[in-house]
Amino acid sequence: MEGYVHSVETFGLVDGPGVRYVIFLQGCHLRCRYCHNPETWSCGKGEIYRPEDLLAKAWRYRTYWMKKNAEGMNGGITLSGGEPLLQMEFATEFFRLAKGKEVHTALDTAGEPYSEEKAFQNQFERLMEVTDLFLLDLKEIDPEKHRALTGKDNVNILQMARRLSERGKELWIRHVLVPGLTDDPEGLKRLRDFIGELKTVTRVEVLPYHTLGLFKWEKLGIPYTLKDFKTPSSEEIAAAEELLGIKR
Amino acid sequence: MYQYEQWDGFEGRLWKEEINVRDFVKRNYKTYSGDESFLEGPTDATNKLWGVLQKLQKEERAKGGVLDMDTDVVSTITSHAPGYISEEYKDLEQVVGLQTDKPLKRAFMPFGGIKMAEEACTTYGYTPSPELHKIFTEYSRTHNEGVFGAYTPVMRKVRHNKLLTGLPDTYGRGRIVGDYRRIALYGVDFLMKEKAKDFENCGDGIMSDDIIRLREEISMQYKALGQLKKMAESYGYDISEPARTAKEAVQWLYFGYLAAIKTQNGAAMSVGRISTFLDIYIERDLRKGILTEKEAQELIDHLVMKFRMVKFARIPSYNQLFSGDPVWATLEVAGTGVDGRAMVTKTDFRFLHTLENMGPSPEPNLTVLYTSSLPENFKRYAAKVSIETSSVQYENDDVMKPVWGDDYSICCCVSATQTGKEMQFFGARANLAKCLLYALNGARDMRTKEQVGPELRPITTEFLDYEDVIQKFEVMMDWLAGIYVNALNLIHYMHDKYYYEALQMALIDTDVRRTFATGIAGFSHVVDSLSAIKYALVKPIRTPDGMIMDFETTGDFPRYGNDDDRADEIAVWLLKTFREKLRRHRPYRNSEITTSILTITSNVVYGKATGNMPDGRRAGEPLSPGANPSYGAEKNGLLASLNSVAKLPYEWALDGISNTQTINPDALGHNMEERITNLVQVMDGYFDQGAHHLNVNVFGKEKLIDAMEHPEKEEYANFTIRVSGYAVKFIDLTRDQQLDVIARTCHKEL
Repeated sequence: MEGYVHSVETFGLVDGPGVRYVIFLQGCHLRCRYCHNPETWSCGKGEIYRPEDLLAKAWRYRTYWMKKNAEGMNGGITLSGGEPLLQMEFATEFFRLAKGKEVHTALDTAGEPYSEEKAFQNQFERLMEVTDLFLLDLKEIDPEKHRALTGKDNVNILQMARRLSERGKELWIRHVLVPGLTDDPEGLKRLRDFIGELKTVTRVEVLPYHTLGLFKWEKLGIPYTLKDFKTPSSEEIAAAEELLGIKR
Repeated sequence: MYQYEQWDGFEGRLWKEEINVRDFVKRNYKTYSGDESFLEGPTDATNKLWGVLQKLQKEERAKGGVLDMDTDVVSTITSHAPGYISEEYKDLEQVVGLQTDKPLKRAFMPFGGIKMAEEACTTYGYTPSPELHKIFTEYSRTHNEGVFGAYTPVMRKVRHNKLLTGLPDTYGRGRIVGDYRRIALYGVDFLMKEKAKDFENCGDGIMSDDIIRLREEISMQYKALGQLKKMAESYGYDISEPARTAKEAVQWLYFGYLAAIKTQNGAAMSVGRISTFLDIYIERDLRKGILTEKEAQELIDHLVMKFRMVKFARIPSYNQLFSGDPVWATLEVAGTGVDGRAMVTKTDFRFLHTLENMGPSPEPNLTVLYTSSLPENFKRYAAKVSIETSSVQYENDDVMKPVWGDDYSICCCVSATQTGKEMQFFGARANLAKCLLYALNGARDMRTKEQVGPELRPITTEFLDYEDVIQKFEVMMDWLAGIYVNALNLIHYMHDKYYYEALQMALIDTDVRRTFATGIAGFSHVVDSLSAIKYALVKPIRTPDGMIMDFETTGDFPRYGNDDDRADEIAVWLLKTFREKLRRHRPYRNSEITTSILTITSNVVYGKATGNMPDGRRAGEPLSPGANPSYGAEKNGLLASLNSVAKLPYEWALDGISNTQTINPDALGHNMEERITNLVQVMDGYFDQGAHHLNVNVFGKEKLIDAMEHPEKEEYANFTIRVSGYAVKFIDLTRDQQLDVIARTCHKEL
């Protein structure tokens, strides 16, 4: 079995608890207008790894995941992307091996490939077994707005959130905040209500929109449609956090 | 066995029989594993004095970097009348003593070289005394004159072409740490008595060169100790006997350091490992009820204030090498004993706390001797102070302790030395990036077109062949290593002769062990260039007369800084190979040759003198500092970069392997608690792999750019950043260096 890896970040400190080895898998079907990794969209590219080889690479960083004189592990591996669910079998096998070494595993996903179909569900069940934490992006609560932002609606994504909650899997919900686009109070309140229904959410985060990935769009020759949008001010972030019920 | 009533309450015996501060510390300190909640804020006196000092520092900046200078008095231990931070607040100073009669007034120090001392004056608009000029040119010689009178033509050439740079031939070599604790523990009379004994026992009556020299040196040391007592007397203190209280211990110790900086303007004037020692005195006074925590902190604050005031008159070319007016008043905290007990005391906290009480500062160069087994509370507090002030550096006690024992000090920016047992011959560094280019061009310099080294066969093939390049590079390194060691031999011979560090050496055992510190610059560029030659296709581009001036590199190649063994093995090879070549030569005074990979801020100046490289680095661009990977080479984030550096065995670079990293606060964690936890984990993970050193900066690029554009903003007055092996106020760097710092990878996850 092989997976397509776009790149790795050995020093991820916000994509899961503690110090994370973050692996960005190649391929995503969403076309989020603010995406900061558009080079990870196309499938079937990237560096090819077997799960065991990728784990051996990550394992070199285990000394950074330990909390000395205290409660043991505080960090681990995060699979991000791209969309890691597009390489679910690979992700599952990789995490299975990681769990064999008692490494904390987190999956950073937008949920787009999620489906209630049996074949998908069988595989997803196996993935849930070896995944400690799901970082789920909820980009818009309204399906139409979601489609306008990402190219797809979010019906299955919300289904996935409920499924993870039912199954008792820990969830971090993240929302990218673009002033004038994803910050309308009504939408944020509905998002908050939805999150309120989930039983396993341990953290809700606002990710402030940034333009650091803009040069990649230019490099790839893809027109960037958010040129007129600004990054949020700290007041706007605080306002959105308030609406989402996030306490600092 | 000696006995003083000042020693009441102290345990142990050996340290009473001989000078043995380490034994005293071992027997008397208590590890503190609690948290920082006991710490006290600044007293009114501290705020007042620090306020005056900040005003003076502002004036100093406004005047172009120098507030005042002496032009008529040659600085000696006793040359100046007592000076105070302010006449008005004189009585508030818990620790007294200035380099001259006024705060921040720079002394005239001609023994390293009269030309430099005079140039330092004229640069800032001062006129040096004609009488002193006459004395130091006609009646007497200086270190600088001695060196240049003896250099060989090829040494001058190598120096002129900047293959060897920063050599201590125009300034004091520094890096000698007197064991200033001895003054507090024993008093000066005891130390003089011991030196007199050593003098009696020196030699068997046959007057050979080395015996004569040693006898002369001991007599100079003895004299310096006498002057030290006199200087203290002028401030109203009799330091002939041991210190009675914590306040006296701090004062006695500081007088020793002050005498050192009055007589030497060394590139590094370290304070040493004093915190655990002083804690023993503070604890005794706290127990007796004659000192409060508030007063204890005040003592440390005032001592640190003095270290923040150390100034030397420098020339522009020196400032380019070592930017930001550093003196490397390096001071260590923490570490562990050979018995496994952490040497963390409350005073280690108090020293770090000065950065909170008086704000960030480059000096003293606060260094945490780190190991993952230090008390968790201390590690977290140090990390917190790092995140808030970017003014702390970390060095791995686990790798240094087996080599230097548990009472070493950091004598420069990162180099260890056994306190009171050793001295070091500082040797700047060889630019191996240039050396590689010389190997390709048969020792002709790309910039000056001069034939600098032996006219060896240059490379004439269309593409560079790895084996061919390595073979030629080795020959060139052989040649350079010989010139290097011999140039240093000559320099240190002259330094001993004309600018001997009598006071510092009086505080070190007469039977001293000497290390001979060489260094490497351009490290990452050599590694990446060799990797390019090995794994990609490198085509040299030549001028019509056949000189290689540039390279066309096609294809990908692994770069140092990505935890990729293919590149990192070249790095290890390079260190090992150059070290072996150096160690083949015979160093001055039977010293031991060590090597470093650290460049201070001199990476910018070295880069200016270095041509295009096969790794894609353009001519004139700064070299990457110390052992840091090259700019933009790191593709897998901070930890991959750390892992690459951690592969360099410290045992092969005993003079130090510096690594400077900048982390964006937002990328370090969601809140302070998380950031502290994460930073501690990074350091645990890094140092557990055997890495030597880490400078931690926590701020964003935006702040640097703003500080560069608006240095006048109040918030940037003390904005301190760590660079290779020391800290500087960012606004004191040259614009080139500011741009260089900004250009370096800021580790921020996208």
